[in-house]
Amino acid sequence: MTRVITKDEVAGVVREALPRLAFELPPDILAGIEGAYGKEENPRAREALRLLVENARIAREDRVAICQDTGSVWVCLEIGPDVAVAGDVLDGVNEAVGAAYVESNLRKSLVRDALFDRSNTGDNTPAFCEIKASPKPGARIHIMCKGGGSDNASRVVMLTPGAGRQGIVDAVLACVREKAANACPPLIIGVGVGATFDKVAGLAKMALMRPIDQPAADDETAVFERELLEAVNATGIGAAALGGSTTALAVRVKTAPCHIAALPLAINMGCSAMRRGTYEL
Amino acid sequence: MSSSETRRLELPFDRDELRDLHAGDACLLTGPVFTLRDAGHIRLLAELDEQQADELPYGLAGQAIFYAGPTPAAAGRPFGAIGPTTASRMDFAAPRLHDAGVAATIGKGVRSQQVKDACVRNGAVYFVAVGGAAAYLAKCVESSETLAYDDLGTEALRRVEVKDFPVFVGVDTYGNDVYDLA
Repeated sequence: MTRVITKDEVAGVVREALPRLAFELPPDILAGIEGAYGKEENPRAREALRLLVENARIAREDRVAICQDTGSVWVCLEIGPDVAVAGDVLDGVNEAVGAAYVESNLRKSLVRDALFDRSNTGDNTPAFCEIKASPKPGARIHIMCKGGGSDNASRVVMLTPGAGRQGIVDAVLACVREKAANACPPLIIGVGVGATFDKVAGLAKMALMRPIDQPAADDETAVFERELLEAVNATGIGAAALGGSTTALAVRVKTAPCHIAALPLAINMGCSAMRRGTYEL
Repeated sequence: MSSSETRRLELPFDRDELRDLHAGDACLLTGPVFTLRDAGHIRLLAELDEQQADELPYGLAGQAIFYAGPTPAAAGRPFGAIGPTTASRMDFAAPRLHDAGVAATIGKGVRSQQVKDACVRNGAVYFVAVGGAAAYLAKCVESSETLAYDDLGTEALRRVEVKDFPVFVGVDTYGNDVYDLA
């Protein structure tokens, strides 16, 4: 029997999730930062990691934001074959975002129009929303509060097939070398490979949703993620870009089919305050 | 980092003391800093354009600009969270503001060669704070007063009193860069 998801259900999940995301670092991310702190030998990077661990505690206990950039809100409603939704199912999201950001004293970081009207909307709306069809039964909501600094450090590169696997490694390393210091390392790096120009960035963003303590479902992806992580951490850029062994906590890769002429690559930088969660409906 | 290695600095800075700093030094700042970021820099430069000379308004001469857009007040503190934003976005304005008398900036990330040259030319310093430590840094804020651009919300110009605010020297008065040490 087909289950119907209503806009009130979606809005309710978003409304409840946002303050928690702003105040509480996801457990996998916190464990990653604590692990990096435990093994860091560079004194400046170690001090930066100590501040990040202490910061997470203060935010959680005092119910204040982990980072002053409480992000733009991305909401992805993923629905399986047994679920139906109306076309306006996401229409309650903005009201939920506005209420959460105002009531929880989070920063309002959205302007009305990128080019023609850069006045602040005053309540952190609009959220960036999408509906994604999935073969997996049931429904779930993915939410990410994405900081501007790390998103600015991201890029799409239309590689060609001859560039191959090494071309991807080189492009990821180039992006890290040029932009990591702006993106608040230790990073979580989302890498999308395949699809088309517009879709590959979505792959990279969705890749960031998988917890950093959860290995990839297939061995090829898991091996490539480890290879990229080792290469990124060999740069020595380190926490807060102050040096040391942990430039990234994890690299997350998501691949897809593509055109015979194409090797689309997207790199979506995630900062150390990686605020995201998936909520089953 | 042990306290013996950490420099305690009072704001507004003593220019001679700034010359004694070196990229990578850990410092604790106490005194006023002035928050300003993207939209505020565009406004400030427009105001300078209207003048005959680059005379800094709002008492910014000799002061430190903190590239930051805080959250509202929370937990009984002036801001729930306040931390550095990416400094390179303000590279278009920093050399002119240093030439006009801004003594220091605080942010995160790499600066342009033009900004480093302006630091050398003016004996100015760029400090880096740890991005993502904004709840921690908010506990180092004692008070805040909005000076201008209130309509910009988080991007307003504020005078913020900090105490023992942890930073590292990012670019020193000799043009050395902390990110080259990594």
